[in-house]
Amino acid sequence: MRLYAAVAVSGFRRYATYRVATAAGVFTNTVFGLIIAYTYIALWDQRPHLGGYDRDQALTFVWLGQSLLTAAALMGGSFQEEMQERIRTGDIAVDLYRPVDLQLWWLAGDLGRAAFHLLGRGLLPMAFGALCFELALPASPLTWLSFLCAVALGLLVSFALRYLVALSAFWLLDGAGLNLVSTVLSVFFSGMALPLNVFPGPLGTVAEALPWAAILQVPADVLLGERHGPALAGAFAFQAGWALALLAAGRALQAVATRKVVVQGG
Amino acid sequence: MWVRSTMTYRTSFVITTLGNIAITALDFAAIALMFSHVESLGGFGLAEVTFLYGTSSTAFGLTDLALGSMDRVGRRVRDGTMDVLLVRPVPILAQVAADRFALRRVGRIIQGLVLLGWSLPRLDAEWTWDRLLLLPVMVLSGAAIFGAVFVAGAAFQFWANDACEVQNSFTYGGTTLLQYPPTVFTRELVRAVTFLVPLAFVNWLPALYILDRPNPIGLPGWTGLAAPLVAVACCAPAGLAWRAGLRTYRSTGS
Repeated sequence: MRLYAAVAVSGFRRYATYRVATAAGVFTNTVFGLIIAYTYIALWDQRPHLGGYDRDQALTFVWLGQSLLTAAALMGGSFQEEMQERIRTGDIAVDLYRPVDLQLWWLAGDLGRAAFHLLGRGLLPMAFGALCFELALPASPLTWLSFLCAVALGLLVSFALRYLVALSAFWLLDGAGLNLVSTVLSVFFSGMALPLNVFPGPLGTVAEALPWAAILQVPADVLLGERHGPALAGAFAFQAGWALALLAAGRALQAVATRKVVVQGG
Repeated sequence: MWVRSTMTYRTSFVITTLGNIAITALDFAAIALMFSHVESLGGFGLAEVTFLYGTSSTAFGLTDLALGSMDRVGRRVRDGTMDVLLVRPVPILAQVAADRFALRRVGRIIQGLVLLGWSLPRLDAEWTWDRLLLLPVMVLSGAAIFGAVFVAGAAFQFWANDACEVQNSFTYGGTTLLQYPPTVFTRELVRAVTFLVPLAFVNWLPALYILDRPNPIGLPGWTGLAAPLVAVACCAPAGLAWRAGLRTYRSTGS
């Protein structure tokens, strides 16, 4: 356990090194937050209470999305490219030889990275949004606490999905294509493109049942106070269920994949 | 060369191309979904917003195809591989542009043109000859303005060598901004992208001229015709900035 904690800490510190890049990222998140916020204002001005949100809630959703974007690696750009590169070059054989669990090792590193991005690229855009717009942030510390739980579970689901994508490199060798598809799906079905409760009819129902909903839509609903009592427990169960199922799938796929590895002598 | 290298992993290339089509299609889906709830956004109907989207996306797609690799300059400066480009007898800007040239970027241009073609017959515009002529001119000068932003951003990376995301907020952020009507945004923001970083000339001002709509910050309609002049005016300082940046380049040794 201490080992994985150390891996997580080094993941945190690795990303904390790039200060200029983090500042640039905060700037980008803020610019995009501004653009999307104005389009949502135009939309909610015409249709107040669209999707059950009022305008302030919709704006909170925008800034929350920008804050979680990098932490949950919704646009990619995290461990999966590195892992695919190790699979392509064969370095993965060295990783498999180590007395650690492959999945937990990458999970620890990714959670460390996510923790840094939550602080480094999450807080400032949210603070900027709260300064410029009227946001519907909760007053109760209990809501904040359940929100943090929802974010943690969401990060777990996000990792589990990307681990499956990373493992695909055992068969495809070059993961670029699947990474892109994964990015498209996660941006669209997490609620990043538009909150899922605004999706019309059956599309909305399907989108809210898919695992990507656990990454942004569910934490947002928890923060906005849309889930209470049994509904809150249901939300956690939804996230935890997907996390367990996807992590188990990753484990199974990994077992199949590692049987394929042939270590070349030399 | 880069075209052939991507073809090596054929399955992946097919998935990448399909992914690109999906990414651009789903990009517009957000706007389409918005219009499933409302008739107009900022006073602009679906056809007009699609027109803005199509022009912005096509112009950006052209620039992205030619110069999309410019954000690698920061990495090259950091790891010192810029040296390789300096010793070759080809203009450095051309080499940077050709670096990791990705054919799949054509997808965005196709998507932009398809949406543009869909919107044109549905627009409530009086097609006089100057408006018809302005249409291709605005896309090309829009691509040139985006190009100037790309080159200026790459020049900036000689100083701030891992800040390529700042560039993204002007390029990707710029094209996202221009996909929505100017009336949606505050006047300060519209002023900033008209006078500070003249992205408004990519499509907002020419489109207002074509659609014969009032300018939200009170500029006269003919400013839309000035797009090519603005494009030239942008490219000159961007080129100078690139040369100045290249002069300050110091290799990393080792």
